[in-house]
Amino acid sequence: MLEFKLPSIGSDMDEGKLLEWKIKPGDRVKKGQVVAIVDTSKAAVDVEIWFDGTVHELLIEPGATIPVGTVLATLLAPGEKAGAPARPAPPAGRRKISPAARKRAEALGIDVDTLAGSGPGGAVTLADVDAAAAQRSSSKPAATSDRQAEMRKAIAAAMSRSKREIPHYYLAEAIAMERAQAWLSEANAGRPITGRLLMAALQLKAVALALQKYPEMNGFFRDSAFQPVAAAHIGVAISMRQGGLIAPAIHDVGEKTLDEVMRDLADLVKRARAGSLKSSEMSDPTITVTNLGEQGVEAVYGVIYPPQVALVGFGRITPRPWVDAAGGLTVAPVLTASLAADHRVSDGHRGALFLAELRDWLQQPEKL
Amino acid sequence: MTQDELRKVVLATLLSIAPEVEADELRADKPLRNQVDLDSMDWLNFLLGLHEKLAVDIPEADYAKLVTLNDALAYLGARVR
Repeated sequence: MLEFKLPSIGSDMDEGKLLEWKIKPGDRVKKGQVVAIVDTSKAAVDVEIWFDGTVHELLIEPGATIPVGTVLATLLAPGEKAGAPARPAPPAGRRKISPAARKRAEALGIDVDTLAGSGPGGAVTLADVDAAAAQRSSSKPAATSDRQAEMRKAIAAAMSRSKREIPHYYLAEAIAMERAQAWLSEANAGRPITGRLLMAALQLKAVALALQKYPEMNGFFRDSAFQPVAAAHIGVAISMRQGGLIAPAIHDVGEKTLDEVMRDLADLVKRARAGSLKSSEMSDPTITVTNLGEQGVEAVYGVIYPPQVALVGFGRITPRPWVDAAGGLTVAPVLTASLAADHRVSDGHRGALFLAELRDWLQQPEKL
Repeated sequence: MTQDELRKVVLATLLSIAPEVEADELRADKPLRNQVDLDSMDWLNFLLGLHEKLAVDIPEADYAKLVTLNDALAYLGARVR
């Protein structure tokens, strides 16, 4: 028997409210499938399961608030036969349910297969249907103003912890963007609007490639030790229109083409604003990238999102006097890239080399 | 499509991206991006939305012709079938 537990959905989340099950006993599920929707302080999140199996029993009812790690459901591993169930198993065919309860459930649009029966032999009673209906009405996602207040609290907790625990150091590098801009304009000129790239995609890919050489910027600081992660799961800071921000991950950015990074970025922003992020995207960013250049600032010095150990900030690309390779003075579009990094894990010397590597990648846009 | 219909489509597309916008308060002769908080992803989605509804492909080189709402209406009006 497999146990499906509520996964952590970010370091600032220690509990969640189960809003909805997407599965019922007897369903076969595949690894990566969305099986439940859980409300966190930041957003309603689609929770994925991380193994294949057949749903045996749902242990938590929608509406309940449960801590991370709580067993939500039990599943049978592929090939496993059900042993003695904890509760009387529902009959294979028709569900035992009183006629009145069935009628009420139909009227309320409640799927009786998702209900745990409290009557004789596990039969679903009228009271069970009413309880489910009451729970459903109390398990709607938080209203916007509540959500904003909750999100503010979550950000406050994570950022206070960051500034309390992480000895940040900050570095910045001015990067000439002439080549990257020219390459991007040319690439986009030949593309339909549906396939167009944004500079943000180039920046994300360049960060991922620079991380391959400087892995001490990528991973988690947990239990007094740094745990590097090989893959670059880059958290993208996305501001919400009603206020607050969220930084879900694009996975394996270093392995993706620019087109794939762009497609994933567009999809992520859309889903973040629509409130349909997946648990894996919320839980595992290994570094965060923030871009405030669009708001007109020249540079941003960010606060690391624990347990991550670094944050890369991009400012506005702006024309500035620039000394070119031949020593001549020109005007060039310049981007200020910054690094906030955890001094427990890396030193300024390595941080500086990381930013230089990032700069070099942005000079070779055709290789990104 | 009349200019009025076109204006409705453009505003509806904008509102789908920036729901907080009060359409009546928009100044049609002032730069759109100074009045509405649109980053480059929002801008691209705005143009994608117009592309879907009006079948007009807007090359990146033409972005400078779409600074104000009036600019956008003139540009699209000349191209929409």
